[in-house]
Amino acid sequence: MLAFIARRLAQSILVMAVVSAVAFSLFNFVGDPVNNMVGQDATRERRAEIRLQLGLDDPIPVQYVRFIGNMLQGDFGVSYRIKQPVDQLILERLPATLELVFVSAIISLVVGIVAGVYTGIHRNSWISRSILSSSLIGVSLPTFIIGIALIYIFAVHLRWLPSSGRAGTIDFGWWKTSLLSLEGWRSIVLPAITLSLFQLTMILRLVRAEMMEVMQTDFIKFARARGLSERAINYGHALRNTLVPVITIIGLNIGGLIAFSVITETVFQWPGTGLMFIQAVDFVDVPIMSAYLVFVAILFVVINLVVDLLYAAVDPRIRIGNG
Amino acid sequence: MKKLTITAIACAATIIATPVMAENVLRWTSQGDALTLDPHAQNEGPTIGMNGQIYESLVTRDASLALQPELAESWTADGDTWVFNLRKGVKFHDGADFNAEDVIFSIERAKAPTSDFKEQVASIVSVTAKDDHTIEIKTDGPNPILPNQITSLFMVDKGWAEANNVVLPQNYAEKEESYAVRNTNGTGPFVLTSRAPDELTTLEANADWWGKGLFPGNIDKIEYRPISNAATRVAALLSGEVDFVLDPPLQDLARIDSTDGLKTTTTPQVRSIFFGMDQGIEELRTSDVKGKNPFKDVRVREAFNLAIDKQAIQRVVMEGLSFPTAMITSPGVLGNTPDLDASYGHDLEKAKGLMAEAGYPDGFTIQLDCPNNRYNNDEKICQASVAMLARIGVTVKLDAIPKAQHFPKIQKRTSDFYMLGWGVPTLDSHYVFSYLLDAEGSWNATGYNNARVNEITSAIATETDIEKRTMLIDEAWNIVRDEKPYLPIHHQVLAWGMADNFDIPIAADDFPRPRFMVKN
Repeated sequence: MLAFIARRLAQSILVMAVVSAVAFSLFNFVGDPVNNMVGQDATRERRAEIRLQLGLDDPIPVQYVRFIGNMLQGDFGVSYRIKQPVDQLILERLPATLELVFVSAIISLVVGIVAGVYTGIHRNSWISRSILSSSLIGVSLPTFIIGIALIYIFAVHLRWLPSSGRAGTIDFGWWKTSLLSLEGWRSIVLPAITLSLFQLTMILRLVRAEMMEVMQTDFIKFARARGLSERAINYGHALRNTLVPVITIIGLNIGGLIAFSVITETVFQWPGTGLMFIQAVDFVDVPIMSAYLVFVAILFVVINLVVDLLYAAVDPRIRIGNG
Repeated sequence: MKKLTITAIACAATIIATPVMAENVLRWTSQGDALTLDPHAQNEGPTIGMNGQIYESLVTRDASLALQPELAESWTADGDTWVFNLRKGVKFHDGADFNAEDVIFSIERAKAPTSDFKEQVASIVSVTAKDDHTIEIKTDGPNPILPNQITSLFMVDKGWAEANNVVLPQNYAEKEESYAVRNTNGTGPFVLTSRAPDELTTLEANADWWGKGLFPGNIDKIEYRPISNAATRVAALLSGEVDFVLDPPLQDLARIDSTDGLKTTTTPQVRSIFFGMDQGIEELRTSDVKGKNPFKDVRVREAFNLAIDKQAIQRVVMEGLSFPTAMITSPGVLGNTPDLDASYGHDLEKAKGLMAEAGYPDGFTIQLDCPNNRYNNDEKICQASVAMLARIGVTVKLDAIPKAQHFPKIQKRTSDFYMLGWGVPTLDSHYVFSYLLDAEGSWNATGYNNARVNEITSAIATETDIEKRTMLIDEAWNIVRDEKPYLPIHHQVLAWGMADNFDIPIAADDFPRPRFMVKN
């Protein structure tokens, strides 16, 4: 088991090194930050001076090594845009993203599983059909459009919910939460729904397909023969057997939600890490971009590691096969 | 008993009256947040817009962009010396007195290597205090436009800066956040009460402000919330969550106007949009013409000017929201005259004739570099121009890219044909000549080099005889009109969206001025 973990870790570090190197070299093509950092009337000397200060004229490998070296010492640099240390910025904004992801994961899980079970069992009812066809919206429309549509319906026309921002936060040291006030919940609902729709559709369809398959298996027939209630069969036996692949997918997707809540956060001006990243890209704020990429890489590596370990724990064959 | 009743009534009245006395809150949004609250670290629109509520300069501009006294009550020039008489009794938000020492310190701070306002104070050689409320500024030769140059040069308190270790503006090489990034101490009409970058910044009216009662504004509190997505920004205005949008997208103006309780105001902006043509290089980089540079021939430049129909761009691309021009600087800037700004016209036959005369009857190919996230409809303007130039046989390959990649091409002089926009904070032509038309100008990527224009550029920097100076500026602009180093398109239009119960005077420099804002 230890050898398994060690090998996985080594692989992860290699993956991170490659990803960060590729990403770092890409930054050379996103443009020149200096123009954003000085006024239009700055002289060429002043621009050159800033390039020198930031080491932007050094060869890319040198810049990369310096970046990695600083990072290993826990120094992610200072944002070019808002002049604050990057690690502090990420920590400040992470709670907003995590809460958004948490709420949207709950929405997609609860709604996705319930609707998936329902449509899996009552395959031909009109409710199932309408759920299935409307769920297509979740996968076919871009997040951007869904977000704007929700804003126009619920904020502009009905005026039930705020259109954007994160109001009603309560401080707990460095963690600002919006889950403890009505105002906070009002502002999280629309972005959370927007972010959840894609996951929701996927979970719904996955659960439905699994349910349909499980319902055909012999043990369900035996359960029926034993005279168990429909409820016990559907939820106690069938659903439990569909959950293994569902949990795997969810685990992987939560990483994706955290890393790629970028669009939802931009549309709703949700002050999380995704919004910070997109603003950094716009400004060519290299310290934030590189730190964010490393952060995302770590996130995925950790999640994958956990998933692998869970597999190994759940399914002894994997342990033996690879061990 | 009676006394008690009266007290009770008085109490009740107070309680009832409180909502009537409610604060006038201005909830304001725009695309980007101030990058820093350090007044000398970032010469950028939204940053100056926010800092300008907290900090003040010696000289300022009102909504019509006329110079007005702020921390200086009056000023006079004599040769290379300017004397500013400072306003007395002004206090910083922390209670410290504002005096000559602070002005000297602030100008020194703005001259520091890490300041982004060095260019505005570049002509200043020395600043001395004649007494506590009089300062004398010596410049390197006469500088007639010094007051114009220092309208965003904010004054900080020397004692505060020293106590908090922010004597110098933010240095990019520093590893730590400077105290002045999030903390302020100005003399301005508003005091910073909370700051969450990119989220919410709140300001409250300064009860001890010197200008109290002198200005019509009645705003007690400002809540500034940046919303980067344009559609969301407009939605926030439509849903009544904000009162004022600084930068609504032009295509949404009709929608805002037609909504009950909302209105828009527009004004020509001090920003002109134009194309630059590299006429300095021997052979263009992206053209099929080898061994020579077609842009060196003024007939080609004129043909380009005639081929692009600016009226059509205004009508079709800008939906009427632009002012077509033949000049690269806007009305409001000293030097712009209706004659110089009059259109070159749109004449395809003449353009074709000029191309043939110049030896390119079948046109040539060239690449047009264009930003796609900087100016109003920038990419669409370029697309329209590509189609228009095709009619005189010029095949244009369009490269429309984000500003962060576009501007370095101009800075590094690697573009043959590019779009650029230029605003003029000093409202004086010298700013345009020194950057765009002087052979050494840092944004002049056209290679344009006219001895007389260069000469006039230096002359108007020091000429104090206003009449003579204006004539020189006019002469230079006439040369430029004949030689056409640039291809002017239009002046941008500025639009603000707001709730009906606000009177917010729009200003062509795009800075809101809450001291003039009235909530009804």
